[in-house]
Amino acid sequence: MGLKIIGTGSGLPGKIVTNNDLAEFMDTSDEWISQRTGIRQRRILSGSETLLELSTKAAAEALQEAQTSPDEIDLLMVTTIGGDYKTPALSCLLAGELGMNCITLDVNMACCGFLYAMHTANAYFCAGMAKKVLIVSAEALSRLTDWTDRSTCVLFGDAAAAAVLEHSDCEPVFSMELRGKDGWEHLHATRGTDNCPFNNFENNGFLHMNGQDIYKFAVSSITARIHALLDTCSLTIEDINTVLLHQANLRIINGAVTRFGHPEKFPHNMENYGNTSSASVPLLLHEVKGNFRPGDKLILCAFGAGLASAACLLEW
Amino acid sequence: MKEKVLDIIAAYKGVDAADIATDKPFNDIGLDSLDVAELVMQIEDACGVEIDITPELNCIDKLVEYIESK
Repeated sequence: MGLKIIGTGSGLPGKIVTNNDLAEFMDTSDEWISQRTGIRQRRILSGSETLLELSTKAAAEALQEAQTSPDEIDLLMVTTIGGDYKTPALSCLLAGELGMNCITLDVNMACCGFLYAMHTANAYFCAGMAKKVLIVSAEALSRLTDWTDRSTCVLFGDAAAAAVLEHSDCEPVFSMELRGKDGWEHLHATRGTDNCPFNNFENNGFLHMNGQDIYKFAVSSITARIHALLDTCSLTIEDINTVLLHQANLRIINGAVTRFGHPEKFPHNMENYGNTSSASVPLLLHEVKGNFRPGDKLILCAFGAGLASAACLLEW
Repeated sequence: MKEKVLDIIAAYKGVDAADIATDKPFNDIGLDSLDVAELVMQIEDACGVEIDITPELNCIDKLVEYIESK
């Protein structure tokens, strides 16, 4: 028993912010950013745009492609670091927009969110508790970014991407790791403004990242997760058609290619969107799936705050 | 050890090891922070040591000294 992805969609902010746009208000340049990250532009929520709007668009597109009506969905999961409101959950609001009345969950696993939601969907399928699951990964990193810190604000973007999963005989294989107390502080964001007079929790709400430590974590985690999947299935990288990595930084993808070879198997689109946290893997899937053939073996792999890493090997 | 480290860095940069200044800061020899992170991972694998990247390890000479002290 397992799962099959039968529809995908995306919802992107209208505003495109290029590296040159950033250079207008901070000491940076297109050359500096693109050489160090591979990123050329990103989409940012602007004006009255909301994550709910992006999520609704992505979900509707995925449902349409899956030829599935909202009332056929047994479980809706939204993966997000933070929705438009602290409460209610974005998944509740999205269910309302789509006219759904099913179990809803928000999953806050940062960049690994989509993979954790796939793992949960698979458990629902195996338990006989769902036939179809909708996952929407929706992130507004622009709300967590310190826009005076050029070392981090150039990296991130906002986006939503969705996938409809169906119970099938295609059994996926997962490899997940949570490092526990080891290194979580290298990538974190505090909660933001509170005014409780009884505590002094560090609280500017911004994302903090130690780039060198996260690079080492990312490349070592990708290597470990992919090897674990290949070993479990007695496969080699030659047997895999495409590896969809979390789109954090082109340098990290190059680090993976250094270890596995086959750059053609590692597509990327972070040059257009920056790092969109949990939305990046399903957004890349949505954009490149036209190249897949039935029976192709895919690896989806993400890494991020936790520190967590997760990967899934499945057949298309 | 220094030769081994230099060979790894030379291969990464695609230059001759003899042309790499070992006493200059990494940034001055064209290595940014993520280059250093990648090279440290390759050196860890090649030398069997774990390297904790700190601001003090800012050139090849200091990196080699650190590895030899482990």
